[in-house]
Amino acid sequence: MVKITIDGNVYEVDPKDNLLQTILSLGLDLPYFCWHPALGSVGSCRQCAVKKYSGEDDQKGRIVMACMEPVVDGMRISVNAPEVKDFRANIIELLMTNHPHDCPVCDEGGECHLQDVTLMSGHNYRRFDFNKRTHNNQYLGPFINHEMNRCIQCYRCVRFYREYAGGRDFNVFASRNRVFFGRYEDGVLESEFSGNLAEVCPTGVFTDKTYKQHFTRKWDLTTAPSICHNCSLGCNIIAGERYGTIRRIASRYNGKVNGYFICDRGRFGYEYVNSDQRIREPLRRGQASGRLEPVDRETVFNYFKKIFDKKPRLLGIGSPKASLESNHALQMLVGKENFFAGVSAVEHQLTLKAIQILKEGPAKVPSLRETEKADTVLILGEDVTNTAPMLTLSLRQASRQKPMELPIKMNVPTWHEMAVLELMQDERSPFFVLTPTETKLDDIATAVYRNAPDNIARLAHAVAHYIDSAAPEVKNLTEEETELVKQIAENLLSAKQPLIVSGTSCLNESLLEAAANITRALKKRQKSPWIFLTVPEANSVGLALLDEKNLNQAIEKALSDTYETLIILENDLYRRIEEDKANKLFDAFKHVIVLHYLHNSTTDKANLVVPVGPFTESDGTLVNNEGRAQRFYQVFYPGDSVKESWRWLGQIMTEHGSNAGRALSKLDDFIEALVQDFPELKAVKELAPDADFRIAGQKIPRQSHRYSGRTSMNANVNVSEPKPPEDEDSPMSFTMEGYQGVPPSPFISRFWYPGWNSVQAVNKFQIEVGGALRGGDPGLRVFEPQADSDAPYYTRIPEPFKPQKDQWFAIPVFHIFGSDELSIYTPGVAELAPKPYLLLNQKDAESFKGEKVNVLLDGKQIELPVKTSSSFPSGMVGIPIGLPEMKIFKFPNWVKISG
Amino acid sequence: MFSILRSLWLTFLHTFHKRFTIQYPEEKAKLPARWRGRIVLTRDPDGAERCVACYLCAAACPVDCISLQAAEDETGRRYPEFFRINFSRCIFCGFCEDACPTYAIQLTPDFELVEYDRQNLVYEKENLLISGPGKYHDYNFYRVAGYAVGGKGKGEAQHEDPPIDIHDLKP
Repeated sequence: MVKITIDGNVYEVDPKDNLLQTILSLGLDLPYFCWHPALGSVGSCRQCAVKKYSGEDDQKGRIVMACMEPVVDGMRISVNAPEVKDFRANIIELLMTNHPHDCPVCDEGGECHLQDVTLMSGHNYRRFDFNKRTHNNQYLGPFINHEMNRCIQCYRCVRFYREYAGGRDFNVFASRNRVFFGRYEDGVLESEFSGNLAEVCPTGVFTDKTYKQHFTRKWDLTTAPSICHNCSLGCNIIAGERYGTIRRIASRYNGKVNGYFICDRGRFGYEYVNSDQRIREPLRRGQASGRLEPVDRETVFNYFKKIFDKKPRLLGIGSPKASLESNHALQMLVGKENFFAGVSAVEHQLTLKAIQILKEGPAKVPSLRETEKADTVLILGEDVTNTAPMLTLSLRQASRQKPMELPIKMNVPTWHEMAVLELMQDERSPFFVLTPTETKLDDIATAVYRNAPDNIARLAHAVAHYIDSAAPEVKNLTEEETELVKQIAENLLSAKQPLIVSGTSCLNESLLEAAANITRALKKRQKSPWIFLTVPEANSVGLALLDEKNLNQAIEKALSDTYETLIILENDLYRRIEEDKANKLFDAFKHVIVLHYLHNSTTDKANLVVPVGPFTESDGTLVNNEGRAQRFYQVFYPGDSVKESWRWLGQIMTEHGSNAGRALSKLDDFIEALVQDFPELKAVKELAPDADFRIAGQKIPRQSHRYSGRTSMNANVNVSEPKPPEDEDSPMSFTMEGYQGVPPSPFISRFWYPGWNSVQAVNKFQIEVGGALRGGDPGLRVFEPQADSDAPYYTRIPEPFKPQKDQWFAIPVFHIFGSDELSIYTPGVAELAPKPYLLLNQKDAESFKGEKVNVLLDGKQIELPVKTSSSFPSGMVGIPIGLPEMKIFKFPNWVKISG
Repeated sequence: MFSILRSLWLTFLHTFHKRFTIQYPEEKAKLPARWRGRIVLTRDPDGAERCVACYLCAAACPVDCISLQAAEDETGRRYPEFFRINFSRCIFCGFCEDACPTYAIQLTPDFELVEYDRQNLVYEKENLLISGPGKYHDYNFYRVAGYAVGGKGKGEAQHEDPPIDIHDLKP
């Protein structure tokens, strides 16, 4: 800690940050553009000028850029000296000479960093009489809109896109005041993180194109803190609603999970919520018509009453996309022995294995953001860009950790971005990518190993054996493989913070075991390794903690036992298991009841469809891949028929009297019941204050204090305004009334602070800029690894993969856009999703004449165009999983190809 | 005594003064152009809708009686998909006109908003949009804004240079 003097006031600060960051952390206002806490300082915009005095006697001082200034003991500066204020006003005036006069039609208006800083600096009248430079815009794909005239040349976009996110198809062109940020030619941005440009850009050059389709100003959005449901990482998001539809998703800072950013699937994959496939009222299959017909709420309860009257046996199938509360409510309704996780056997088994490995330790499980600090990374089997996209972004930062030692040794501050880059050059941390398919991280990899999952597991087991000879030995490795094993093992041993990344997407248990073995071996050698495992869905871990029985077992049970009624929770079984198996399950039941928000193949089989809210219209808790429970809150009240799954089920239980004396009406009741039944999930109760929490007697509003149109938005229906809906589940209100200050971190529904309308207001919500949110980042682990455990090595070494003569080993290939069930409803995501194909090794493909081949999968013949890759392992085929045009097949599996 | 007579005399004289009272409703009051009465949406000199659906009027409205939804036509021009004013709530403060960056929303010298049914005081865009430019005859937002819309490309607004060639590296 050092003492610095700012405008006569003495502050005690930590000298690790630059002066600008320190000033902002102290809660003072200082305008800036090019600096960003995640991107470091480059000093290009000249906006954050302050006066620095050389000593006690210095009355004159000199102007310096705060972002380029290290903090030193005894430093005396001035933020408010008239000279620096003038300087900043002049700089903004110069930046504004070319800025177009189009705020009214700019989507950034009202949450624009440039507007905020212009106001803060005091520039308000244009004196420049000459012409403005103009630019032609580019088409950048379905997600990002380009309006280059608005650019103020801060270089944040190109620094984020190229240096932070590793994109290659975006750059800066031309010179002087004509510089242009974009692609060499029109085209879709290749990076999976392009959506962050809309938040990184301090003005309206890059804006969210899906938001533009139904544009609303930030102050008019009803927003609530939410959790992304599109992969297992559980990134924090803010969802915004207006007039009953979701308008956009923005990232919600969480210092432990996603930091400042989210991926494009998370940001843009929300449009299913507004889809015309949404189920908005209860539907019952008409006896005469055979079609689903709308009915009222009473019919639903009567339907259940009739079923209950016959003392039936119910079978319930949960969902890895539904909340803990909803799954548990179904479990309570049908009974624990009749509840099954709605996940295929292989997927559920792998998730359970991953949890077992994480719990057993001894490796520490880092949070997503912590993985950035690893200095040696080994990826086993997982194409993280397509299965857990934000992990790619973190691992890219990890690849800078080792070379960062040089600047630290030379006393160059780590925030001094340009100097650090000059020193690092192309140096990267040791980074090993062992996957069957090409990945987007190959460009930063020290070594890449392409092989079948079993062979990757063998190599990984060999690494464990090399590190600790007590680990099981692997025989018959090639010379190259032995060399690679040595390289990986030596690097892991010399690392300060080794990280092993693996996951379930290869559907290979040995890979997870091998990952665990490596961490155990490293622990034996007195290292403290990290392990990070990804799982299939947003609440896969939560569902696995609730129940170990899977969907295949449910089918067996249904066929061998006497059940009459099947209740399916927010799940499309045709995406979980093969079609004929699902059909068999449905045929075994007289009544099929589906709780869902979208029409799909499963609701087609239902006798009764209960309309439930997707994540924007319900509250609940998810457990992410590292075991972190996180709460998401309802954004808006969708009307009387759409309810949370747990609320429907709770009401049914209460009416029928099967609630075992428990009150089951509010969210807190369900959390209480969950914690009673599963004491190990007690953290779920501590995630956030309960619904009775008030600040100075007030609720926390979901709407901003500038929310407009409330006496007019419903006036076309009825000029008398309706009573606003009340929220009994959380301390948040659906209106603008309530405490407008900084709320407790689990209830942050927008980043706004007086004078800071843009997302940069997040600085005011953090204890120190770039650190934890005030009151601590929301989210709690439900399990922690046993640090001192002496878990034994897994001893099963798989046989080496052998290509077969007339058969091919099929593995699923994941795509960030296309493999996910719900995000595909966004037209832009559907546009970027690949068409079905068959991935083959180039040499293997030569044996087939045509461009298309016939694939025999699960006894079904399908024709697929061939895509070749020179590195894809021979003897295998890759089949894209989850595409809407493709059915679900059993993976991994042997298939036949002809053609 | 004298003061009583004086008052009588002065009162008598007023019978010859100009009359301030007008016989409303037979006779209409002549109101200044800046009178804050019924709100209209105007068109620009080219006859196109002036409103660009920026939401500033709605944000400025102290009684929240304006609501709208922005949309964009195929040429990139923004317009309100719907525009609704609840005149039963309006207090005719004129903040919306003050806030409007395009002179689209204007208050007019018409105060005769009387209905038996309050519901009839809810005005939609078709009730609000007039065919002329209102009080401001010349202003056309898109002529000064650097935003390309149909009929006006980049660099064609006032005080704009033609778009630059990004592949040109000349100093």
